[in-house]
Amino acid sequence: MVVNKTASELQSLLHSRELSVKELTEATLQTIEEKDKTIQAFLTVTGPEALAAAEQLDNLPDDKRGSLFGMPIGIKDNIITKGIKTTCASKMLENFVPVYEGTATERVKDSGMVVVGKLNMDEFAMGSTTEHSAFQITRNPWNLDRVPGGSSGGSAAAVAAGEVLFSLGSDTGGSVRQPAAFCGVVGMKPTYGRVSRSGLVAFGSSLDQIGPITTTVEDNAMLLSAIAGADYRDASASEKPVPDFRNSLTGDIKGLKIAVPARYLGEGVDPEVREAVKKAIGVLESLGAHVDEVDLHYSRYAAPTYYVISSAEASSNLARFDGIRYGYHPADAKNLNEIYLRSRSEGFGEEVRKRVLYGTYALSAGHHEDLYERAQKVRTLIAQDFQNVFKEYDVIVGPTSATNAYKLGETIKDPLTLYANDLLTTPVNLAGIPAISVPCGFADGLPVGLQIIGNHFEEAMLYKVAHAYEQATEFHRQTPPAGKGN
Amino acid sequence: MSNFTKEDIQYYANFARIDMPDAEAEKYATRLDTLLEFSDRLKELDTTDVEPMTHPLAIVNVLREDTPEDILNRDEMLKSVEDHEDGLIKVPNILD
Repeated sequence: MVVNKTASELQSLLHSRELSVKELTEATLQTIEEKDKTIQAFLTVTGPEALAAAEQLDNLPDDKRGSLFGMPIGIKDNIITKGIKTTCASKMLENFVPVYEGTATERVKDSGMVVVGKLNMDEFAMGSTTEHSAFQITRNPWNLDRVPGGSSGGSAAAVAAGEVLFSLGSDTGGSVRQPAAFCGVVGMKPTYGRVSRSGLVAFGSSLDQIGPITTTVEDNAMLLSAIAGADYRDASASEKPVPDFRNSLTGDIKGLKIAVPARYLGEGVDPEVREAVKKAIGVLESLGAHVDEVDLHYSRYAAPTYYVISSAEASSNLARFDGIRYGYHPADAKNLNEIYLRSRSEGFGEEVRKRVLYGTYALSAGHHEDLYERAQKVRTLIAQDFQNVFKEYDVIVGPTSATNAYKLGETIKDPLTLYANDLLTTPVNLAGIPAISVPCGFADGLPVGLQIIGNHFEEAMLYKVAHAYEQATEFHRQTPPAGKGN
Repeated sequence: MSNFTKEDIQYYANFARIDMPDAEAEKYATRLDTLLEFSDRLKELDTTDVEPMTHPLAIVNVLREDTPEDILNRDEMLKSVEDHEDGLIKVPNILD
């Protein structure tokens, strides 16, 4: 079956015309129909649109075929797609159809990819299990009784289950890396500003980045090369030139200086996760890297800082949902205020309302200085912490998540457990630096992710290290048991 | 320790235009207490001379000519609007 092939195998079949884009798209849609009955990763499958795009691509001459020609991709449902429903997994946007295309998806299409559907997530990207979706529960392909992680849970699960080879997620506090780790796939959170946020429904505007999720590091590098770069529609998208990240996949990491923060392997990290990550660090050493332990003192302050800043930004960003111009509209509202109140109370789920409330509080007169401004100051300390380490080291390495995938319904009752996990991922967003998660073994039969963190705009370095590690191990070749559940 | 009363929650919920009946307000008071206690950890740090970080990258203003581009189609946009007339969005009376 064509869908079991790698991206480069598929590309050569397409280029030699042994396979057409239409055939590949049909096979992909068929696979999604079969596998998604249990995985439930897709909120919308865009069959007719995908087949129409495939036919157009098949007619393109060789010199017009993009770098990812014919490759099927799924898109997280908070990235807008023209003419295709974009819900943010919220009742608020249940019937919202965008009138323009987001920059990342526009570039995905320009590179020849075929968008096959929109993927489930925690509502408005707030959560780390995808259980906060207003519509469905996505399952972890490695064990159907486990969550896929979140908030980009659908994006990671669809790739892990072999429904698509590529997907886009978004990462505000770990939402690409943690689900990638839970599902045993590769997820990259690029430098803030590397990928345009135009078309990404805003959550925390100083933290959000769109990132690729794939089965291999090479595929990931290709997808980031395709979507990154300056954009006149997002002034925060960097003008820095975007390299072909594949050029950094040399396998050579001799003499590389790696820092391992003691805290990242400390209290709260599951022993099996710690063991897998220590082994991975051993592999990097055996490849010629030099490893030292360092102290990232302020990382324990990252999670509370993150919750203040992200909630404050969310309360402001989500003010646009007023039930007037688009989105959930309550029936028979008597006056304007009632439209506002009822659309926001009936349209937003509990987690979203909680964060909007917390953000509103943090920004209110009397608490702004003590809470929001203090968090902004601690953010400076957290960012400086990283800069001090990067003066001497090329990358920082640790686990992506403190545990393996949670049981469905398990941790949602205990937010502080979820928040403890945020120590590993949120500092990266606060500092605006890039980080990648690659599979590095198993804990209790479920995938573990190795997180590699770099300095601003050092994605090439991260791909180089991740690829060297991947090629030295077999974890990326392992696939989840189809449809198995306990 | 309880930081938030039911009335506090209703006060802030009104700013955010979120409807907050009494039973709900009590639930959210507990949740926000947890978050606020979590943030107390930040008070351990002396931040007196630290500059607040407002943005992850030191980027300067990006300017361009003010020429209209990417004009969105009004009819397309109005498809998502519940009630409109002659290209204008209709809302209920704002004065009772």
